[in-house]
Amino acid sequence: MHYDANTKPFSTTALPIPTTHATEDFAPQKATLERAGLAGMAPGTGSAACRLAAVVGRGLGQWRGRKPLVFLVVWPMVTLDNLTVSYRQHPALHHVSGHFAPGSLTAVVGPNGSGKSTLLKSIMGLLPLSGGQLSLTTPRSRMAYLPQVAEVDRSFPMVVQDCVLLGFWPSLGAWGGVTAAQSDQVLAALQAVGLAGFEYRPLNSLSSGQFQRVMFARLLVQDAQLILLDEPFNAMDSKTTAALLALIAQWHQQERTVIAVLHNDTQVRQHFPKTLLLARELVAWGDTAQVMTEPHLRQARALAEAWDDEAEFCDIDTPLRDTRSARSTA
Amino acid sequence: MSLLQTLLDLLVSPFAEFAFMRRALVATAALSLSAAPLGVFLTLRRMSLLGDALSHAVLPGVAVGFMLFGLSLPAMAAGGVLAGMLVAGIAGLVSRFTTLKEDASLAAIYLVALALGVTLISRQGTQLDLLHILFGSALGVDEAGLLLVASVASVSLLALALLYRGLVLESFDAVFLAVSARRGRVGRQGGGWVWQQVFLMLVVINLVAGFQTLGTLMAVGLMMLPAVSARLWHDTLPAQLVNASVQALLAGYFGLVLSYHLDTPSGPTIIGCAGVLYFASLLVAPGGWLPRLWATRHRVA
Repeated sequence: MHYDANTKPFSTTALPIPTTHATEDFAPQKATLERAGLAGMAPGTGSAACRLAAVVGRGLGQWRGRKPLVFLVVWPMVTLDNLTVSYRQHPALHHVSGHFAPGSLTAVVGPNGSGKSTLLKSIMGLLPLSGGQLSLTTPRSRMAYLPQVAEVDRSFPMVVQDCVLLGFWPSLGAWGGVTAAQSDQVLAALQAVGLAGFEYRPLNSLSSGQFQRVMFARLLVQDAQLILLDEPFNAMDSKTTAALLALIAQWHQQERTVIAVLHNDTQVRQHFPKTLLLARELVAWGDTAQVMTEPHLRQARALAEAWDDEAEFCDIDTPLRDTRSARSTA
Repeated sequence: MSLLQTLLDLLVSPFAEFAFMRRALVATAALSLSAAPLGVFLTLRRMSLLGDALSHAVLPGVAVGFMLFGLSLPAMAAGGVLAGMLVAGIAGLVSRFTTLKEDASLAAIYLVALALGVTLISRQGTQLDLLHILFGSALGVDEAGLLLVASVASVSLLALALLYRGLVLESFDAVFLAVSARRGRVGRQGGGWVWQQVFLMLVVINLVAGFQTLGTLMAVGLMMLPAVSARLWHDTLPAQLVNASVQALLAGYFGLVLSYHLDTPSGPTIIGCAGVLYFASLLVAPGGWLPRLWATRHRVA
């Protein structure tokens, strides 16, 4: 990789709330809250102020544990609270709760049909929630999403450079002019993914691996704080996978939050500190070594297959609190 | 008589002598400039048959206009635009709020509209009127028709220039557009829905303008045939758009010349010429058949 953190034009802008404890998961324990005099302020009670207070409480806890005297303010990037998403009344995600900490690098794993893509799509606001709540602390313009390869039209008559330039859409809109600096960023991004010299190649002449590199170049210019990748290494050879994994590692160093749906257990164990194991319901979520255990994986395989037309309606009834689009798809 | 003189007689004098030929030429040229690029976008979105469907969908509106005001261009055009936009809008809503995709919902609604239109026309008019509406006559373009076509072409070209980037993004990667929408609320199809609807409106007004010059069915031909062949020639969109317009212009010009000399109906002759260009493109264009045969030698990298 020729991607140098010093010469690159991509800025690592500050998070909405500064974080210095990026790699550690955010999971405010009741005990911590009580110690900080914030008993009763459990996560998921809805208000952002409560969550901020909980986070500060955790900072206090850290200080008591003789860590350096810094108030750590770690506001979760994505908070899932009893998230349920259904297709025709059958849940694809069933009461999933938890947090993605800012700067965390999480692999989402689970059998086919376990709701991994559904999770990413609902975080991006592409699917209506049928229950629970999902809150984000980053504006939509700072989020990037790479869908599965099949969902993009690869035969479109467009050259590589233009495709990468589309990453500036949130700032340029339909009529803004491309600046010289932005053109330079595109060239740098293409270089970073190993496609220097491909600027004017039409997309339909690229192999699937090269096309995926172009998609990653577009992610680079998007300069997002929260990056969601849906099976990014599907049908990629080992060289491309290694190159793209290196980019992901770099994003992690830059304290961007990365959530990737993956199927390769070895990759997950080697490159992803956090893992979320799904089987429509949450099986395990935490440090990869603790999640990717044989009992958990067996449990996930057993859960995923159920689809019963006669199934009872779920009575873990949570009020529909999401203001965005919480409506039933029935 | 020299060769030059013969050529002049064949190619220029029909237009020099007759005002109706000049008007037909200008109307066809205006339509070529706006409809053919729209056709390219339709093929890109894999909606090649949408033009066909929409052209049928305008029929009940045209019929109602015809029933109320007779063979009056503004009435029929307004009726057609309204009906087309209604059908496109309903299809858009159906695909947004149900599991049906855009093409399926459009197919269902246009068939209903077509049935309605044919029923209305056959109850009220004679067979001749139906033929006139369906197959048009470029040679019958009057000042009002010319003005309509010219306005529609100008509006479409301006709108296409303004919408270009959004349309490209929406056709290429609708999910990306949906998640990159700058305003907070994003539905299932996000901001892309607006681009798509405005684009469909453009298609509708072009079809209505085309129905005056070429007839409902033939209007689709000038929109789609050059667009389909243009895609065989180039790998980039701007080139395809220009190519489509040029092919439509050529088809329009030679179609009119041929229909004048051979005494054939103008609309079908124009589409026939576009068809000839299409078959020629199939053979010799870079994406066509013959280059594959010739390109037996390959490079080392």
